[in-house]
Amino acid sequence: MDGLFIVMVGALVAAAVYLLLARDLPRVLIGFVLLGTGVNLAILAAGRVGAMVPPLVPPGSSALPDVVANPLPQALILTAIVIGFGLTAFALMLVVKVYARFRTVAADDLTEAEGAATPAAATLASQTPLTRQEAA
Amino acid sequence: MNPSLILRTSAPLLLWMPLVVSLYVLVRGHNDPGGGFIGGLIAAGGVLFYAIARGPAAARAVLRLSPVALCGLGVLVATASGIPALLTPETPYLTHFWWFPTLGVTLPLGTALVFDLGVYLTVLGMASALFCALVEEAQ
Amino acid sequence: MHSLIAAPILVPLVAAAVTAMLWRQPGLQRVIGLAAAALLLVVAVALLVETASGRILVAQMGNWAAPFGITLAIDLFSAIMLVITGLMALAVAIYACGPGAAERDRAGFQPLFHSLILGVCGSFCTGDLFNLYVWFEVMLIASFGLLVLDRTDEQLDGGVRYVVLNLIGTTVFLLAVGLLYGLTGTLSLADLARVAPTVENQAALGAVGMLLLVAFGAKAAVFPLFNWLPAAYHTASMPVAAIFAALLTKVGVYAIIRVFTLIFAHDMAVFGPILAVVAAATMITGVFGAAMHYDIRKILSFHIISQIGYMLIGVALMTPLALAGSVLYIVHHIIVKANLFLIAGAMRAEAGSFALKRIGGLWVAAPALGLLFLVPALSLAGIPPLSGFWGKLVVIRAGLEAEAYLLAGIALAVGLLTLYSMIKIWNEAFWKAAPAPAPAAPWTRREQVATYAPIVVLAGLTLTIGVWTEPFAALSLTAAHGLLDRTAYIEAVLGAASLQLAAPLLSDGGTL
Repeated sequence: MDGLFIVMVGALVAAAVYLLLARDLPRVLIGFVLLGTGVNLAILAAGRVGAMVPPLVPPGSSALPDVVANPLPQALILTAIVIGFGLTAFALMLVVKVYARFRTVAADDLTEAEGAATPAAATLASQTPLTRQEAA
Repeated sequence: MNPSLILRTSAPLLLWMPLVVSLYVLVRGHNDPGGGFIGGLIAAGGVLFYAIARGPAAARAVLRLSPVALCGLGVLVATASGIPALLTPETPYLTHFWWFPTLGVTLPLGTALVFDLGVYLTVLGMASALFCALVEEAQ
Repeated sequence: MHSLIAAPILVPLVAAAVTAMLWRQPGLQRVIGLAAAALLLVVAVALLVETASGRILVAQMGNWAAPFGITLAIDLFSAIMLVITGLMALAVAIYACGPGAAERDRAGFQPLFHSLILGVCGSFCTGDLFNLYVWFEVMLIASFGLLVLDRTDEQLDGGVRYVVLNLIGTTVFLLAVGLLYGLTGTLSLADLARVAPTVENQAALGAVGMLLLVAFGAKAAVFPLFNWLPAAYHTASMPVAAIFAALLTKVGVYAIIRVFTLIFAHDMAVFGPILAVVAAATMITGVFGAAMHYDIRKILSFHIISQIGYMLIGVALMTPLALAGSVLYIVHHIIVKANLFLIAGAMRAEAGSFALKRIGGLWVAAPALGLLFLVPALSLAGIPPLSGFWGKLVVIRAGLEAEAYLLAGIALAVGLLTLYSMIKIWNEAFWKAAPAPAPAAPWTRREQVATYAPIVVLAGLTLTIGVWTEPFAALSLTAAHGLLDRTAYIEAVLGAASLQLAAPLLSDGGTL
C-alpha cells in the first residue's frame, strides 16, 4: 500500500512541477492543484495507511473501536483541502481578471509591475503595447 | 450565455432541493459524516445553479444578505458559540456544552451545533460570493 | 486569564466579521476598524505585562488536552510581537483614513485588513505547527485581496507573481508538516520539542527542517527566495504596502526563530552555518538591489530583504545575546520600515510621484517631512543614537563574541550601503531642485492629520528606543533566554510529568 502511495505522490508532484514551470498561468494553476493533491496524499501516507475502518464511534459506544484508520491526517487533509480550495479560487479569479484586462495569460507578456520602476524597464514597458498588438 | 426557458423556470424549485439537503447534512454532521462545511458547499451549489440560470444579481437577491455579509455573520455566529465557555474560569474558549432535552424524542443540542451553523453560513457566503463573481466574469 | 489569551485572535476576527457585514457603510467601518486596532494594542500590552517576567501563558482551545488539541501559548517573544502588531495595526488604520480612504473602504479594505491582522496575531499566539499553517493561510488570502485592492494594471500583474510564488511556498510548508507528523506522531510545538531529539531517523528530520526553512524563508523573503517581494510590494496602495512591509516578512522570521529554537535546536551544527550563509546573502542581495533602483517603493522593498538578514543572524548563532539582538532588531525594524513606507506615501502626496527622477525640492516644500524622513532613514542605516544603531550593535557584538567575524563584517558593510540608499532618497527627493513644479496636493485638513499623526508617533518611538534603550534591551534579553529555555516551554504546555515520558507516541515513529 505504501509503495502505491509513494508512486502516486511522485507522479503527481512530477506532473505538478512540469506544469508549474509553464509560462501559461492556467497551467501553473493546474500545477498547483496537482501539487496540493500530491502533498495531501503524502500526509495520508505519513499517518500510516493500514486500517480501512473509518474512525467513527459506533452508536451506543463511547470510544473508538481498536482498529480504525488514523483520523488526524484526515483532519489535516480536510483543512488543507478547504484552504487549497480558497487559494485556488482566488488565483483563478485573478487569472480571469488578468485575461479580461490584458487579453493574455502568458507570464512573459505581463510586465506592468515593472513599468517605470527602473529606466531600463520603463523603455521596455513602453514597447509592450506593440508586442501585445502583434500577439493579437 | 443564454440559459433555456426550462432552466430559468425550474431554477427556484431546483434551488430549494440543495438547500433542504444541506440543512439535513448540517444537522447530521453532529455524529455522522456531514457538518457545516459540506452543508454550506451543497447550499452554495444551489446558489451557483440559480446564478447560472437567472444571473448573479438574481442569485444575490435570493440570498437577501450580500454574500460577504453572510460570511461575516457566519464568523460572528461561530465566534459566539465559544462564549459560554468563557463564563466559567475552568473552561477555555471554545469548550463546547451539550444538552439532551427530551421532548418526545431526545434532541442532542449543543454549542457545537451553533459553531457548525456559523461554518455553514461562512462557507455559503464565501462560495456564493465567488461563484457569483465567476459567473459575472463569464457573461 | 483564559479569555485574555484568545483575545488577540478574537478582536481582529470580530472586527473583520463586523466590517464585512457593514460593507455598505464605509464610515462606520472605519470607526470600528480604528476601535478594534486600539483594543488589540491594549490587549497586547496587557499580555506583555503578564509575560514580562518570563512567564508563559497557555490555553487549550476547546479544552482538548495538550498534544492533541490546539494550544495557544504566549511567551514574552510572542507578547512583544503582539504589541508591535497592535501598534502597527493602529498606526496603519489611522493612516488609512488619509487620501483615498473612501475608495479603499468601498473595495473592502477594512475586512481584509483585519483578516490580515488576524492571521498575524494567530501565528504569534499558536503553539501548534498545523495551526500555524492555518494562520499563515489566513494571512496569505487576506494579503492577496489587499494587494490587488485597487485593481490597477500593475497590481494585477504584481499580484500574479506574488500569488504564484506564495502558493508554492505554502505547499512546501504543508508537505513539511505532513512529513514531520509522520516522523514524530505529533504537531504540538511543545511535544515536538520534547520528541525531536529522540527521533531515530535524524536525517529525515533534517530534511523536514530544510523544507520548513524553505517554506518560512519564502515567507520571510530570504535569499534566494525573495523574488516575489520586490515584484509585488511596490504595486500595493500605501497603507497596504506599509502593513505588508511591517508584518508579513516578520511572521516568516518569527516562524523560523520559533521552530528552530524549539524543534531543531539540537541540530544547529547543521542549520547554524546554513542560516548564517542565508543571512549574509540576504543582507548583501537586498542592499545591492536597493542601490540600483530609483523608485522609492522599490528601494524600500529591497531594504526589507536586506534587513531580514540581520534578524536571521540571531537564529544562526543561537546564543542569548544574538537572539536578543534579533528580537530588538525585529522591533526596531518593524517600526522604522513601516514608517518609511508611510513617509513615502506622504512624499507622493506632496510631490506627486514615487520616481526619484521626477521629484525634488521637498526640503523647501515640506521641511517637516524631511526631518521626519531623516529619523527612520538614519535609524535604518544604524546611525547612533537611533534604534537601528542599538539593534545592529547587539547583533554585531553577538557575531564577534561567537567568532563569526565574516558575518559581523558583512553586517557592518551592509549598514554603510544602506546609508547610501537613504542618502540617495534624501538627495533626489528633498535636496535637489524640483524638476517640475509639484502639483498642489489637494489635501483636506483631516487627511493631512491622518497621514502625519502615525508618522510622528512612530518617529518618536524610534527616538525613544534609541535614547532610552535600557528597558527594550532588557526585555529582548529576557525574551531570548525564554526562547532558549525549551524545558520551560514544554512544561508550561504539557506539564512537568511529560518530560519523563518515553519519546514518540507512534510505536513505529521514525521509520519514515
